[in-house]
Amino acid sequence: MDSVLEIKDLATYFYTHDGVVKAVDGISYEVQEGETLGIVGESGCGKSVSALSIMRLIADPPGRIERGEVIFEGRDLLKLSDSEMRSVRGNRIGMIFQEPMTSLNPVLTIERQLTETLELHMKMTKMEARGRAGELIEMVGIPDPGRRLKDYPHQMSGGMRQRIMIAMAISCNPRLIIADEPTTALDVTIQAQILELMQSLSKDLGTALIIITHNLGVVARYAQRVAVMYAGKIIETSTAGPIYADPRHPYTLGLLNSVPRLDEEIGTKLQPIEGLPPDLIDMPDSCSFAPRCRYAIEKCTTEAPPLSEVTGGHLSACWRAEELADIGVKVG
Amino acid sequence: MVQSNETLLEVKDLKMHFPVTSGVIFQHKIADVKAVDGISFSIKKGETLGLVGESGCGKTTAGRCILQLYTPTSGDVMFEGARLNGLSSRDMIPFRRKMQVIFQDPYGSLNPRMTCRDIIGEPLTVHKLTSGKGEYNDRVAELLNVVGLNPYMADRYPHEFSGGQRQRIGIARALAVNPSFIVCDEPVSALDVSIQAQVINLLEELQDEFDLTYLFIAHDLSVVRHISDRIAVMYLGHIVEIASKVELHENPLHPYTRALLSAVPIPDPVLEAKRERIVLTGDVPSPMNPPPGCVFHTRCPVAIEDCQVAIPELREVSPDHWVACIRSEGYGPY
Repeated sequence: MDSVLEIKDLATYFYTHDGVVKAVDGISYEVQEGETLGIVGESGCGKSVSALSIMRLIADPPGRIERGEVIFEGRDLLKLSDSEMRSVRGNRIGMIFQEPMTSLNPVLTIERQLTETLELHMKMTKMEARGRAGELIEMVGIPDPGRRLKDYPHQMSGGMRQRIMIAMAISCNPRLIIADEPTTALDVTIQAQILELMQSLSKDLGTALIIITHNLGVVARYAQRVAVMYAGKIIETSTAGPIYADPRHPYTLGLLNSVPRLDEEIGTKLQPIEGLPPDLIDMPDSCSFAPRCRYAIEKCTTEAPPLSEVTGGHLSACWRAEELADIGVKVG
Repeated sequence: MVQSNETLLEVKDLKMHFPVTSGVIFQHKIADVKAVDGISFSIKKGETLGLVGESGCGKTTAGRCILQLYTPTSGDVMFEGARLNGLSSRDMIPFRRKMQVIFQDPYGSLNPRMTCRDIIGEPLTVHKLTSGKGEYNDRVAELLNVVGLNPYMADRYPHEFSGGQRQRIGIARALAVNPSFIVCDEPVSALDVSIQAQVINLLEELQDEFDLTYLFIAHDLSVVRHISDRIAVMYLGHIVEIASKVELHENPLHPYTRALLSAVPIPDPVLEAKRERIVLTGDVPSPMNPPPGCVFHTRCPVAIEDCQVAIPELREVSPDHWVACIRSEGYGPY
């Protein structure tokens, strides 16, 4: 399979008054054609910043993409001119944000917001664009599309707005869609609707999908491959199965043990990860998880572990990854 | 958990309708938002009842009505056998000592201009529970210890704490008056995954230590199932099903409960590949204009014509398993 997107050693820093925040600090991953990649992590781990960096949507200043390559369709996006980048953004790569309330323009009708991209990127006439907008709205399952196109965003519910965002993201037949916490603001049953819709559309259209979320369950249900982020780095990555069945990083293990599962045994005790995520300013040159890690040894506090292969295609950034299968205790 | 058969709280046919008005000078009522529309349940001493539902289903309003923070439109709230509705605010004071609340938003529910000591100590002053500065400071220090914070943090302001720590302050404030009943209104949903577990464990430990009874309101079924003994599922102002957590998970009878359970993903890809997925169509209707008959019939995959007519009553179908669906016996798997 060909890879649609290849990220090599991407780093994005923010220069603030308090110091340099290394929000994303050297991450690398690939997304294959038609595949769904889940990026999991808690708030502040850099998962959103890494997505915004791909799209080059980092405000500069204070942010700057420090180094790295983002290879998409054979070109390094970080080397494109602004106008070349505009022809990629929203056209070849679609993006869905967390907040459907604020990511739509409140003073434009749904129709106008959809036709704008179509006229710009697909060079459609007004009439063609209108027709296509109607089709798109129907594809994302909005009833009565003719009337709905004339609505403004405030006239729609959160779930409907997120459907509009999806319609916009798929409007130009992108190769890749990046969805940043697409369902966090939505209710449980609506969340299921939106995720099912995204999955079936990406299957039908052959679009690759990156789902960024803090919800381990969502990733388990929808992603074929998973990358776990902590403090600006990918600390473990593999196909979905091994990450859950045989985690090789104490943070992944900790996350799995700290969430209540719907099917857990009655009386299961949660095992929280003690302490707090680190301050990303002036990070020491050691494993960033070591202060919270129950398996930490001396080496962990002096030297940062590289992301290296444990078994075929299963990578972990932990000095004790090999042993973890024996010493790590998994509940549930 | 010490659970007795003694009923601590009983709610009977509780309704909370908020009027919607129109006009500037001559205001007149044009409609009602039926946030809570006739719910009944009881909680035993030492028990945790989970109340789940999606946003706008009335679960928070129900909690606030129980605490008499809203004056219910109709219905009764009985606490330790005494009727709370209709009490004057002065007569409510002794009950306020026994019933406390922990709010969802650890950022909005703490006054940013008060120190941690003042926030936790305020209930002590209001209810005159300590005499003298020394005893007051000792009690605040003790409470901080109980919730896992360091007493030297007492003079810090809320912005100096992380979200999880703030939630601990909120818990300490609720514990200050030695309550027997606490309404936990989405206490962990604003917190990060690894911090959620810390707060859930703390709530469980405190329940054992101080014989607390909880009404645990949340939208996340896996969290609710973890902490509760029994679970009530709400939809659009109505309770559609109540059962023990085991029964509700293994034998859900209401189509909404089934959909809700199937919508919660389990962090296990092998299992997920095998699970049935029920995806509801459409959105939750507006509580200003709820559908006639069963409020769920507009989204229900097994609705029949009768569902549009009569409002189904909450019936006990097996011991301690209550469901409000006329088809609960006969639709089978779908």
